[in-house]
Amino acid sequence: MEELVVEVTRTDEKGNPKLQSFNVPKDKVSTVLEALLYIKENIDPSLSFRYSCRMEICGSCGMEIDGKPHMACSTTTESLKGDKIKVAPLKHYNVIRDLAVDIDGFFDKYKAVKPYIIRDDENVKYESELLQTPAQFDEFIDYSLCIKCGLCMAACPIEGSDSDYLGPAPLAAIWRYVADNRDQGAKYRLEIASGPEGTSRCHFVGECTEVCPKGVDPSYAIQKLRGSMVKYEFQSLFRRH
Amino acid sequence: MEKIKEDVLILGGGMAGLRAAIAAAEHNPKLSIGLVSKLYPLRSHSVSAEGGTSAVLNPKDSFDLHAFDTIKGSDYLGDQDAIEEFVRLVPEQIYTTDHWGCPWSRNPDGTISQRDFGALSFPRATFAADKTGFHVMQTLFSRAMKYNIHFYNEYFATKLILNGGQLNSVTTINLRTGDFVVFQGKALIFAMGGAGRLYQFATYAHSVTGDGDGIAYRAGIPLKDMEFIQFHPTGLVPSGILITEAARAEGGYLLNNKKERFMGTYAPHKFETASRDVVSRAIMWEIEAGRGVKGEYGDMEYVYLDMRHIADKLDERLPMITEIAKKFNGIDAHTELVPVHPATHYTMGGIDSNVKTTTSVPGIFVAGENACVSIHGANRLGSNSTNECLALGNVAGVAAAEWAGSHSIPDLDAAQVRDEEKRIWEDMLKRDGGENVAKIREDLRINMDKNVGVFRTADALKNSLKNIAALKERYEKITIQDKASTFNLELEWAFEVGFMLDLAEIITAGALQRTESRGAHYRRDFPDRDDANFMKHTIATYSRDGPVFSYRPVVVTKWQPTVRSY
Repeated sequence: MEELVVEVTRTDEKGNPKLQSFNVPKDKVSTVLEALLYIKENIDPSLSFRYSCRMEICGSCGMEIDGKPHMACSTTTESLKGDKIKVAPLKHYNVIRDLAVDIDGFFDKYKAVKPYIIRDDENVKYESELLQTPAQFDEFIDYSLCIKCGLCMAACPIEGSDSDYLGPAPLAAIWRYVADNRDQGAKYRLEIASGPEGTSRCHFVGECTEVCPKGVDPSYAIQKLRGSMVKYEFQSLFRRH
Repeated sequence: MEKIKEDVLILGGGMAGLRAAIAAAEHNPKLSIGLVSKLYPLRSHSVSAEGGTSAVLNPKDSFDLHAFDTIKGSDYLGDQDAIEEFVRLVPEQIYTTDHWGCPWSRNPDGTISQRDFGALSFPRATFAADKTGFHVMQTLFSRAMKYNIHFYNEYFATKLILNGGQLNSVTTINLRTGDFVVFQGKALIFAMGGAGRLYQFATYAHSVTGDGDGIAYRAGIPLKDMEFIQFHPTGLVPSGILITEAARAEGGYLLNNKKERFMGTYAPHKFETASRDVVSRAIMWEIEAGRGVKGEYGDMEYVYLDMRHIADKLDERLPMITEIAKKFNGIDAHTELVPVHPATHYTMGGIDSNVKTTTSVPGIFVAGENACVSIHGANRLGSNSTNECLALGNVAGVAAAEWAGSHSIPDLDAAQVRDEEKRIWEDMLKRDGGENVAKIREDLRINMDKNVGVFRTADALKNSLKNIAALKERYEKITIQDKASTFNLELEWAFEVGFMLDLAEIITAGALQRTESRGAHYRRDFPDRDDANFMKHTIATYSRDGPVFSYRPVVVTKWQPTVRSY
């Protein structure tokens, strides 16, 4: 039977790292997640990793595969070159155990950008929709596809050296709401985006956009945000006088 | 041992749990709200819901039509009073989530668009492309950031403790640390989803293991109608990933191995958009008649989903399934056929409840797939799950907040808590019979696929009960090889498998006793619906010797059962 070698960068609960290789029969698995589950079910039940939907929509199983951030569930073994797959935890996060990393910091940053519609007519009983033409819809829909997997944070070189930086997904979330015609909270959000942890730290390397499994393009969102910030500052200058 | 107290405690961070959390926070901002999940909320299976959610938004549509579609879909096992109330609660939820930013797909004039779905008499499926569950979940999770909701992520609940029939506490393991943590709330909401991973070929996320049903059942809260398991007609072969019903509602065909449309034989009016139970049986009959495709995906025979003639709709209205076919199967749905087979998709049964979301225990509420109201009866209509999560999640959140406002937290039942702590560390972790948890789970799933699937017979069901009894014996002899306290998923699996074995027994035994065919429950040895004897819900209550069954009549308001055809 043809075998695939899966080399996992493991970390035990005391924080000690080690490399461990497992042989997985090729015809039993078609994705990296299936290979990891095969190992856990048949070879080593102590291997730890997160997973849930296995259809690239829940964002659980981000990890480094052959040196790049990927979702394990949607990375087919066929798409990888050779008979050896290297799997490691995502960079820029603290490892909890094996391939499971601490993502609380990422969600804290997401929360910090006020990722919800802000309106003046809050908490009333809604009896109709807010109108939104298909063209208005198209302005933000691509940025709403983020599955919060955090791959972009692992790919972003700034995140690696500067953990205060809000990072690609949270900044893209700001743009997602600024660009939504139903939202009235742009001034709060643009303040966050223009703050010391905001867009000014981005160097436009574009790694975030490259690794996003959902085509969100945070890099372009950050550019759009910078444009809006200039416009917004210009307008508020006028309002003041 | 760590103890955490909240006014309102919610188990489960999917669509029903998040909706309930927000509702409770809005209803009474002074309450503390804790949401406990074995995942991070966005990892819940709700994100996988695809095609749409039914709501009466158009003046040409009506609540009666939505109610009747649901009742007919349920094969007359749904409670008609509950359904009539439910359909009236939904539109407000659509408009509310719209104001919260949900990207509902639009008409050119800017209003919310709706489309056709299986077994609907009016195109009332409100949708966000084919990522409806995903977008609603992102909307709710993000909205929840506004409130002071305490998220306890990756805490695995092991037991519900009642004392004198009253809510006392919930014991959990903090997966991150391995700590034993006890939660207490004035009110408790179950929103832990269905049980579909009892089966091998399933559209479900791996995490849907029936924990909520299992925990409630063990505590003595009855479960209802568990034998009704929905098989979705179009699970992608070989992974089981859901290919939305919207693919057929938008015009897609099902083809057999001769590339012929076959649904006309089984549903002469609705064809591919008949109800799910009808379409799933049709596919299985085609395969049995030798008209399935034997292809490149192992032993599983399948049929084709043909969307080539609606290729122009795929990118805008069905982008996710188009992407899935490409990423997982290397198939371009614009020009190629997609292999599909019926897959376990929904648990109609659940904790015995009602449209007020209450349970047999005061102060404990339930919403979403975890509940059996019953709205869905013997077969849930496509597009009737996410609306239930929203509408009844909201009801549960308000009800729990009200309850919490006038009740207090009881003294902790320290004796029962200590027993549970012992069970985890001194029983589960120290069992040493050499049996492998994953292997037991796999054997259970193979059994359920084979014996308790689309078609059932007395012989197969009896066989299943025998297999489950043997698996329960093996379960007593497991060895959890992972001894770590941090992120010990093997220990989590062990608890899940315990719940799954209980539920498998209830499903099988309930199916054996129901000697008729109704909705998704099809007995080859009793192929007809038997209204004289079975217009009643199955109630299963825990006992040491296995489930004890009783029955309760279905509530009929104005729609008498008639012949059901599509």
